[in-house]
Amino acid sequence: MTTAARSAPSTSTFPLPSKEDGGERSALPPPILTAEGLVKRFGRREVLRGVDLALGRGRVTAVVGPNGSGKTTLVKALLGLVHPDAGRITFDGAEVRPGDVAYRARVGYMPQAARFPENLTAREVLALLRALRPAEAADETLAAALGLAGEMDRPLRQLSGGTRQKVNAAVAFLFRPALVVLDEPTAGLDPVAAGVLKDRIRAEQTRGTAFLLTSHLMGEIEELADDLVFLLDGRVRFAGPPAALRALTGEGRLERALAHLMTAAR
Amino acid sequence: MTVAVPAAPSAAVPVLRYALRDAVRGRWAPLYALFFGAVTDALFRFSGGGEQVLLSLLNVVLLLVPLVSLVFGVAYLYGARAFVELMLAQPIRRRALFAGLYGGLLAPLALVLVLGVGLPFAWHGGAALAGPLARLLGAGVLLTAAFLALAFLVAVRFEDRMKGLGAALVLWLLLAVVYDGVVLMVAYAFAAYPLERPMIALAMLNPISLARVLLLLDLDVAALLGYTGAAFERFFGTAWGTGLTLGALLGWVAAPLALALRRFHRKDF
Repeated sequence: MTTAARSAPSTSTFPLPSKEDGGERSALPPPILTAEGLVKRFGRREVLRGVDLALGRGRVTAVVGPNGSGKTTLVKALLGLVHPDAGRITFDGAEVRPGDVAYRARVGYMPQAARFPENLTAREVLALLRALRPAEAADETLAAALGLAGEMDRPLRQLSGGTRQKVNAAVAFLFRPALVVLDEPTAGLDPVAAGVLKDRIRAEQTRGTAFLLTSHLMGEIEELADDLVFLLDGRVRFAGPPAALRALTGEGRLERALAHLMTAAR
Repeated sequence: MTVAVPAAPSAAVPVLRYALRDAVRGRWAPLYALFFGAVTDALFRFSGGGEQVLLSLLNVVLLLVPLVSLVFGVAYLYGARAFVELMLAQPIRRRALFAGLYGGLLAPLALVLVLGVGLPFAWHGGAALAGPLARLLGAGVLLTAAFLALAFLVAVRFEDRMKGLGAALVLWLLLAVVYDGVVLMVAYAFAAYPLERPMIALAMLNPISLARVLLLLDLDVAALLGYTGAAFERFFGTAWGTGLTLGALLGWVAAPLALALRRFHRKDF
């Protein structure tokens, strides 16, 4: 099962798993989102240097890499927050052109920093998001499961960071999205809330929802990720399931396997 | 499967509504209203009342409305950065988000100015001055719109919050304080030459000068305050002058707004 369908063109520094490593690929539905040759420059700094990516339906793809490897820029490019200089993105088989916003109706996003207009309540933020998707039914079960019921009518500035992060999670799952982007999702959550969120991720997975996850917690990645995309200096250095990475590097633990990959690539 | 939800341009409306709600509940809005209320009330009590109150108020409005609009606009946009990112991940066009945020800030700023100044006029029985007052407040609202547009331009131009706030303050200092000094120096240095046309051009380049000219023409005291006002009145006659100044002031709203929107469109968040 290969999530990243293509290997980056300039990855000769390290052997990439070939497509044959995958296995039952032929039975897989087409990916919900693909990116081909994404390039992004900030001034002279090239942050993405031709990134290829495919997010499989019903799979959790974790983007990993050291700080400054381009993870955040990649995620933002997929969401349309950052304009790529080159490359192509498709969503559900259709090309996403610059200025296209409709595909985002089916994407949930949980940013790392949970900051909302501070004088609004969580209920009002959810209402605002609903107003932007008038045709879609909202699903607030996650808000309830996270125990937000009693906090919905308080101004967001009065809520703790962790509670605001719960609101953030509820926002990401509000419209039964086909793809959920989670940026360090459990960073500010208590263990109970993190557990609720992970249960929800698994439940949605069985419904075919795709997930794009960034995290610094190796345990979380081991637990959730079906596929890994290892990014270094703006290039994909490895794409495939964690087991393939372990086999490739001969390391039993994911953390060591990634470290191995990093030193080999330098 | 195709995407069923069109990103309607009307998406600006809910953003505007919630930005407005957020701003109105904040602490600054009542403070700003209270400040204008207190100043207007004090002017009524300590000056002779009537036209004098309007003239003093004019100077307060010309100095403070730009400052508050700039600082508040810039500070709000930097504070809302994470929210803007969250909104841009929703099915909403950047233009709609931009319009919603701008309208959501302009409405409370304008409302607070109108109420803060208007209410003391009402309770001090300034009904005789309703016309000039309405035009003063109208010019104040236009200035608010112009400087809020400039604030948006500054905030999308500078990534760094401190740089943005600094740029906003420098801009205010230049337009509200330094500019008049420069105009005076030019007038003094070239006193031997006919200066009407250059003076008119100089006034066009500054929204605060434009608002001042507009109000002085209206109050028919152009000759009392400032060289530019006198030049304007002589050159245009009142109807012409008012129309042209109003147009130029509207240009000061539209131009920075268009530039800011263009940058907002291309910006990487």
